[in-house]
Amino acid sequence: MSLVKNGVATLDPFVRIEDGAPLPSGPVLLPLARFLAERETLAGRNEPVGVLVPNDADVRILEPHLRQIALIVLTFPKFRDGRAYTQARLLRERLGFTGELRAAGNVLRDQLLMMVRCGFNAFEISKPGDAGALEDALKTYSVFYQPTADGRPTALRARLAAARQG
Amino acid sequence: MYVYDEFDRTFLQERVREFRDQVERRLSGELNEEEFKPLRLMNGVYLQLHAYMLRIAIPYGTLSAPQMRVLAHVARRYDKGYGHFTTRQNIQFNWIKLAELPDAMDDLAKAGMHGLQTSGNCIRNTTTDQWAGATPEEIEDPRLYAELIRQWSTLHPEFTYLPRKFKIAITAAKHDRAAIRVHDIGLRLHKKDGETGFEVIVGGGLGRTPFIGKTIREFLPKRDLLSYLEAILRTYNSGGRRDNIYKARIKIQVHEIGTEEFTRRVEEEWVQIKDGALALDDAAIDTIRDHFQTPDFEILPEQSPELAESLAKDREFARWHANSVNAHKVAGHAIVTISLKPVGKPPGDATAEQMDAIADLSERYGYGEIRVAHEQNLTLPHVRQKDLYALWQQLSAQGLATPNVGLVTDIIACPGLDYCALANTRSIPLAQRITERFADNDRIADVGRMHINISGCINACGHHHVGHIGILGVEKKDQEFYQITLGGKANHKARLGELLGPAVSESEVVDVVERIVDTYLHLRHDKSESFISVVQRLGIEPFKERAYVAG
Repeated sequence: MSLVKNGVATLDPFVRIEDGAPLPSGPVLLPLARFLAERETLAGRNEPVGVLVPNDADVRILEPHLRQIALIVLTFPKFRDGRAYTQARLLRERLGFTGELRAAGNVLRDQLLMMVRCGFNAFEISKPGDAGALEDALKTYSVFYQPTADGRPTALRARLAAARQG
Repeated sequence: MYVYDEFDRTFLQERVREFRDQVERRLSGELNEEEFKPLRLMNGVYLQLHAYMLRIAIPYGTLSAPQMRVLAHVARRYDKGYGHFTTRQNIQFNWIKLAELPDAMDDLAKAGMHGLQTSGNCIRNTTTDQWAGATPEEIEDPRLYAELIRQWSTLHPEFTYLPRKFKIAITAAKHDRAAIRVHDIGLRLHKKDGETGFEVIVGGGLGRTPFIGKTIREFLPKRDLLSYLEAILRTYNSGGRRDNIYKARIKIQVHEIGTEEFTRRVEEEWVQIKDGALALDDAAIDTIRDHFQTPDFEILPEQSPELAESLAKDREFARWHANSVNAHKVAGHAIVTISLKPVGKPPGDATAEQMDAIADLSERYGYGEIRVAHEQNLTLPHVRQKDLYALWQQLSAQGLATPNVGLVTDIIACPGLDYCALANTRSIPLAQRITERFADNDRIADVGRMHINISGCINACGHHHVGHIGILGVEKKDQEFYQITLGGKANHKARLGELLGPAVSESEVVDVVERIVDTYLHLRHDKSESFISVVQRLGIEPFKERAYVAG
């Protein structure tokens, strides 16, 4: 597994903490349930906090706490299980989350562009050969039909703009 | 029809390039079959019993003559010289080699065609009335909205890995030819207080657990079409079941949480996004409308004197005309259905030569436009009445003028065990035998409207639940048996058929169908009472009594 954030391969500063394990100093990544249970204590820590959210959770429960969260990790247990795409769009577009939004699990190069379009900006790449593929993946398409938070113009709006100029 | 612009063409080239790369990675072993499978499925490539099958999307069933010629070319160059039109208004080629797939796709893309989203757990090709833009019944051409849905659903980043496949159908006519009540989402254009909008129906479907869809909104303004669809898909993507492939369709979610709760969730989500970037202003709708080329219809008298003359002098032509020709909204024109159900042939198949001939005929007589109907027939939606006689003669020469549209031999059948890895029984040979039994054109015309649907397993690709006579293949001790249902309907009064009785063997099934037909002839008041009306009036009991008794 290697982490690619904002297009750059990088070391993961966050330490994954299991339920019940003591918190080390430095950035930590906690399971959602533990974060919710301990969020008041966590607020007093002066270290970045990440939350690992299972893909069947309603991300809207994080809304009141987003300012305290530096990283949200959404999971793809299998790449065919696409629930985290909806979670990502809700976090970015509905709840306005601006921190790191990371895809973990079965993350393959053929899905990277869709993930970016839904608001992910960091990827735990499962296959070693895919780590350098992000740049290529983002270049696969230049035409998009759906408006999403990534701000890429849609074909429909581009046509309208072309018609106005013409 | 909709004409692709630079955006659509660029997108398609990018798609072909991406798939070529994926095929290369598969052939080099970089991708294993499990990883490659969803990628090839997303491009319409299935692994069947004998070979790879390529399914090509025909958006809302509309084809141009040049596109039809490319299909003929693919049939000749990469397949065995024929193709199979499906109930989803698409076409399948059953004998494609993996290494040649990217080349076939390149050839298709040059004509604006692809296999995108014809399989996989994504939003599939949107289907509609094959008479769209031609029938006087419709309040507006539904293809405009089908095209908006096509674009919105093409590689949707959020909805490409849904719990299960997702099918949307749309109609704008009173008589529903698109079977919208047995789709994941059905949309019906209608008018309320002078404004045109949609009735939204969700959770219909056939397969193992058939359901008629539920109306979750009586009237949705046009501007809200895409945002409402997005709200439905989001509700499904986050809440639909993923633990069991047979319970993963939206119909099960709607059934399990109830229509009311499902509707509440959709509306709650929709309120949040309805005024966002998906709202369709008039300018956006007009942009798509501008991409549709409408034929420059010739100005003709309401009734063609040439047609009247030909009808009077040629009885065979008159028979075909009565069967296969329907009213058009423009004076002097007609809608022609081309039967792909000749006696003794697989339903829905067309040879490369037939495809080329239909392309030529559509240009000569029909403004170059062709449609695929979900009944696995083709339609020339705009034919000048004065040309009907010449058209019929040339269709006859190609074996394309069987006067059986909507009759007992106009059978919908899945590919069955001849091709499909899931099937329990064969469907095509059974359909062929039924057409041979009912080969007499006078007899089938007398029997009148009758829909037989054959599925080779409970996945119900032949839509047997909604056949007037539904036939479902089941396997018993390595033998092929068939269960029969009566009284199903796919139209605006959709209902599921009722089981007639015990399954019958492969050798008996054609006799049983014939006895059902004879029973109907015996029971009807007169010719104006159709088979389905008799089943509704009397129930299945009188059929049950006679169907199983020989002689």
